[in-house]
Amino acid sequence: MTAARLRARLAAVAAERRAALIVYLTAGDPTPAATADLIAAAARGGADVIELGVPFSDPSADGRAIQAAMERALAAGGGLAAALDGVRAARAAGVDVPIVLFGYYNPIFVYGVERFAAAAADAGVDAALTVDLPSEELAELAEPLAAHGVGVIPLLAPTSTPARFAAVQALAPAFVYYISLTGVTGAAFDAARVAGDRIAAIRAATGAPVAVGFGIKTPADARAVAAVADGVVVGSAVVERIGAAGAAAPAAVEAFVRELRAAL
Amino acid sequence: MILATAHDPGPRGRFGPYGGQYVAETLMPALAELEAAWRAARVDAGFGAEVERLLTEYVGRPSRLYRAARFGAEVGATVLLKREDLNHTGAHKINNCIGQALLARRMGKRRLIAETGAGQHGVATATVAALFGMPCDVYMGAEDVARQSLNVFRMKLLGARVIAVESGTRTLKDAMNEALRDWVTNVGDTFYVIGSVAGPHPYPWMVRELQAVIGVEARAQCLAAIGRLPDACVACVGGGSNAAGLFAGFLDDAGVALWGVEAAGEGVATGRHAATLGAGRVGVLHGSKSYVLTHADDARVGQIAEAHSISAGLDYPGVGPEHAHWRDTGRARYVARTDAEALDALQLLARTEGILCALETAHAVAAVAEVARHHGPDAAIVVNLSGRGDKDMITVAGKLGVSL
Repeated sequence: MTAARLRARLAAVAAERRAALIVYLTAGDPTPAATADLIAAAARGGADVIELGVPFSDPSADGRAIQAAMERALAAGGGLAAALDGVRAARAAGVDVPIVLFGYYNPIFVYGVERFAAAAADAGVDAALTVDLPSEELAELAEPLAAHGVGVIPLLAPTSTPARFAAVQALAPAFVYYISLTGVTGAAFDAARVAGDRIAAIRAATGAPVAVGFGIKTPADARAVAAVADGVVVGSAVVERIGAAGAAAPAAVEAFVRELRAAL
Repeated sequence: MILATAHDPGPRGRFGPYGGQYVAETLMPALAELEAAWRAARVDAGFGAEVERLLTEYVGRPSRLYRAARFGAEVGATVLLKREDLNHTGAHKINNCIGQALLARRMGKRRLIAETGAGQHGVATATVAALFGMPCDVYMGAEDVARQSLNVFRMKLLGARVIAVESGTRTLKDAMNEALRDWVTNVGDTFYVIGSVAGPHPYPWMVRELQAVIGVEARAQCLAAIGRLPDACVACVGGGSNAAGLFAGFLDDAGVALWGVEAAGEGVATGRHAATLGAGRVGVLHGSKSYVLTHADDARVGQIAEAHSISAGLDYPGVGPEHAHWRDTGRARYVARTDAEALDALQLLARTEGILCALETAHAVAAVAEVARHHGPDAAIVVNLSGRGDKDMITVAGKLGVSL
């Protein structure tokens, strides 16, 4: 079984009869040295899972907020190696929150998939989510990761057909990431358009908890999604606060995460 | 029928280990829909006839195969120029756009989007959008908008909206990122017209097939002109669509050498170049696995490196996956020419033949002498004259120290 810590955390949250709060941060934003502190701050605020973005020069699935965060991170020396260092530093400081590494495939591929699998496990990464590896292409990453106990998190979208749910079930993931809308991260969000019956259908077909992300920006958005989903992902709204807060980012993140968590 | 070659990359779109569909989940059903529509259309006689009618009546095909005697004497070979520069809109790009726009209409998509570097593909897409009465948005890096203002104006006159992309390096790759963001947002009613043999399956295959008309015509024209096949075909390679189109006509002729010419920019050794096949490494960009210009040191591992070329159309850090496969298997060989060599070649062709070619094309022209040396003085060489040079006159004048 891969991603044991992540599965255990989601099971514990489910036992509390609430949705999990998944908080996205971009590694290296505003600086690589700040990453471990920001992970710790989000965990203190009540994040159940951290989704840690690996900055990439060509983030074609991301909207303006996360593009800007990735540009800040790259300018500050961020990247895949620095992201792994950030996770390692957080673990060394005793932070036990499950961490999903989010990003694009090229950095992992060029680093070397086998080498990445070993390094991710060693650093304390629980799972990887690669936006440009649909289930057809995911095996080339999932198999090496599984050998090191690291999971993969597949995505499903409003356009995904039921036939595609089956490919996700075969991966037996810790959770499925459901994209709330056809668009990029941080797009305009309408809670009324998140279809509870579709989420229930995905949960039933894949046998995995379903977290919903893309566009969820406020505690009210989070509460609306939590009513129908097993997890709520908040990203662009978090990195916008980091961009605005500069050196005070850890306190700003902790306070915002606390607000989000209180809404669940 | 337009569709000539038997080289089908299969449902996963693989050329050896390259190609595939490395895109967001949201787009996967759209790619499946596109592949199904393409597979049906390419064997549909009505679709083929409509493509052929427009290529003949609107684009002006077949393009000529012209024997360039004075240039040939300079380089020491029989040189046959495939005159794609004489197509409507002045380059080979229109061949592909006609096919994709007809497919969009057949699929019931009401809106076209495209990315463009130099603006040639943007102009070709805006042209077919006007022809078919479809709204069209073209994404173009802000850097390219500034250096290709003439093409920006042409697209606007044709009724397209040109959206300047300010992210990343503000060039072609960033325009492609932004086009992908648009497509993922408007996937229900929008058709993304990709301009090269790049992107996720089925684009590399579909674009190669829609450009194969270049090679199919050239093969027959060469047989008619000199009574035999050429010894070599030469074409420039950015993403690689004009080269793939020419090569497609000769893939099964083992005796015909295929030469692709990349942009060496200021010199491959300087790091300021776009020689993806010559100096890049295998990676994943814009939906497919292929060679990519990417950093490999631990700090920047996997970040896409900035490409450089005098020619905006070759200024791209990726290359079509089938070229990667041809490179590895040795079916085609790839060389590179610098900005300066391309400028010299452009002038040589102008003075010997009275033909002003595009800066992209000039890279292929610059390699003909080497190809001639390789194949000997009796060699016949087909060169894809992929585009005309009007759009580049301001750049060329600037490089030659002339202010207009």
